[in-house]
Amino acid sequence: MVIPLENQPVASPVSINKRWCKRCGICIAFCPKGVLAAGPDGYPVVVAPEKCIKCRLCELRCPDFSIIVEEGDKNGG
Amino acid sequence: MASQHAKDYLRNAMMPHIWCPGCGHGIILGAILRAIDKAGLDQDKTVIVSGIGCSSRASGYMDFDTLHTTHGRALAFATGIKMAKPELNVIVIMGDGDCSAIGGNHFIHACRRNIDLTAIVFNNSIYGMTSGQYSPLTPRGSFATTAPYGTIEREFDLCDLAIAAGATYVGRGTTYHAQLLSDLIVKGLANKGFSLIEGVSQCPTYFGRKNKKGGPVDMIKWQQEHAVNAVAAAKMTKEQLEGKFIVGELHNSPAPEYIAEYDKIITARRA
Amino acid sequence: MAVERSARLMQGNEACVEGAIAAGCRFYAGYPITPSTEIAELMAATLPRVGGRFIQMEDEIASMAAVIGASLTGTKAMTATSGPGFSLKQENIGYASLTEVPCVIVNVQRSGPSTGLPTSPAQGDVMQSRWGTHGDHPIIVVSPSSVSETYRLTIQAFNLSEKYRNPVILLMDEVVGHMRERVDLHKLDTPIIDRVKPTCLREDYLPYDAPMNGVAPMADFGSGYRSHVTGLIHSKKGFPTSKAEEVDFLIRRLHNKISQNLDEILKYEEYMTDDAEILVLAFGSVARSAYNAVKTARQNGVKAGLFRPITIWPFPETAVAKLAEKVRHIIVPEMNLGQLRLEVERVACSRCQVSGINSIVGELIAPDHILRRIMEV
Repeated sequence: MVIPLENQPVASPVSINKRWCKRCGICIAFCPKGVLAAGPDGYPVVVAPEKCIKCRLCELRCPDFSIIVEEGDKNGG
Repeated sequence: MASQHAKDYLRNAMMPHIWCPGCGHGIILGAILRAIDKAGLDQDKTVIVSGIGCSSRASGYMDFDTLHTTHGRALAFATGIKMAKPELNVIVIMGDGDCSAIGGNHFIHACRRNIDLTAIVFNNSIYGMTSGQYSPLTPRGSFATTAPYGTIEREFDLCDLAIAAGATYVGRGTTYHAQLLSDLIVKGLANKGFSLIEGVSQCPTYFGRKNKKGGPVDMIKWQQEHAVNAVAAAKMTKEQLEGKFIVGELHNSPAPEYIAEYDKIITARRA
Repeated sequence: MAVERSARLMQGNEACVEGAIAAGCRFYAGYPITPSTEIAELMAATLPRVGGRFIQMEDEIASMAAVIGASLTGTKAMTATSGPGFSLKQENIGYASLTEVPCVIVNVQRSGPSTGLPTSPAQGDVMQSRWGTHGDHPIIVVSPSSVSETYRLTIQAFNLSEKYRNPVILLMDEVVGHMRERVDLHKLDTPIIDRVKPTCLREDYLPYDAPMNGVAPMADFGSGYRSHVTGLIHSKKGFPTSKAEEVDFLIRRLHNKISQNLDEILKYEEYMTDDAEILVLAFGSVARSAYNAVKTARQNGVKAGLFRPITIWPFPETAVAKLAEKVRHIIVPEMNLGQLRLEVERVACSRCQVSGINSIVGELIAPDHILRRIMEV
């Protein structure tokens, strides 16, 4: 989790492991809903968690096993 | 078997891996691990065999019995493992050079035998580990350190080669088509015979730079724009397919598996 | 047993197969090459009958790789070849050496270099059997002089490879490989040694954690230990390392596990060496002629003796050095231009004279030839 909880109306379903992430930008570029953006240090940041549809494309296309989408679909199922 | 994340099958102590930022190999590795999970393979009865090269470093990160062999020979080592203990699931990871250049002979014979191995080739069209030489899968005209004026060699279509040599399940995915790739590997694992899944990957560091392909995002976009699914391709003309490559399930034609045939001899001859 | 065990006429190559099966070999991968092909053919026929598997691979390199793969599952495995194939196998032999995978490689030597004389004997691969693969690697090489010894030494080769987790080369030559002698397998029973396997929990297992002179227990692939095996220099955990102390320890341990256990590894035979003044040092088929020559020399009142290394590598230095103190002259007849003689000279260290009888025309050195030299010196 990279966004302070108090700033978020919706809990982020996406968690990022900065220890393994190499800042390639793939997850940011290919998220269909624009959930992610590059932070000031280049690491991906969840900027729009409410838009996440849990398509998991970020997780599938992350080369570094650094992004995990929690279980279930966008409706919480 | 409970579904797990790909990362749950990694040797955590070895991470982060050595691949460059944006290298596609981690994506293909993830697809393999998801396929293993979906197929419900026993982690203790699955062996990963790899050759030499960037892709072949994958085996070191995978929490199974893993074998990092000599350049080009992974399929031959894997054949020995499978022949000695057919109950093991044997997955072979190779790069484009490892498989089709130095390993070419072992590749065509493994296909021909239809021995129950699942081979995944990480095709980034370059020899990355040695800093950027061309391989038999590098598109003609590309630049590489040993092709400073552009390659003059025609490249193989590895899937065509596999089919011609006798592989019974053949598919191609890309790092863009990560879900497709995983699905193809699941089917390859299920095929009782030799399966080849080619994973088109990107090497932004060498191939990308030498051939002005941009960064990893650009290279994945290129895959998205140039890949045509096999079903759609079947209805397209040669002109329409110019400059494109085909992804999806390319061949699925079961045939008697090598060890099953050999074991008939044991049954008949055992003293 | 797949084959009836009673006294019968047996070919050297056949005895090798019998020995391998008796040792528990249940996988063979190979490629046809004269004069070793009979081994592949007999393995093809015998293995299915004992529940093993045989495969003719596409080339010699693949054969060696498949043997290593099979061994990693806990299955004893062997391949056989001759000169040109032996050259091809070298990279993977080195792999087996570094990764400490037990396996047996039979080289039925023929005349070289290159295609050479495919059907004629030679002993020209002595140095190659020691140094054929690149880098500082240990090796055990044993060489039989008779058909019954081929049977016993093949079992011994498996035993050594299992105990020391190292490839072992059975260095035959075309004479021993193709000759036929009466052999009674019942009389040649040899105890079988199997590799030690771990009994600890997976999380406690370190695949290459061994003391400086020893080997680690070896987990079979598929037994739940999830080991990593690599040809890169590795740590005790099996993963790649370039740390100086880890590299040094591994390479030295690989050498020490052989060099510090010579008592158990070395085998040689001495005939009439107690009071010998002239020593003949010969191995393989040439030792047969040498034995004859020494016997005749003794009958003529010459104090000749025979030292027959059965283990070629490591070379039995201590024993030969001791003899070099006592004798006047060591004659080294070999079917090559003087490869083993180099070792004898090194070890003798000018304590006595050393000369060679060198035949490279694809013919066995006759006893007379050796006798003449004995009489000359």
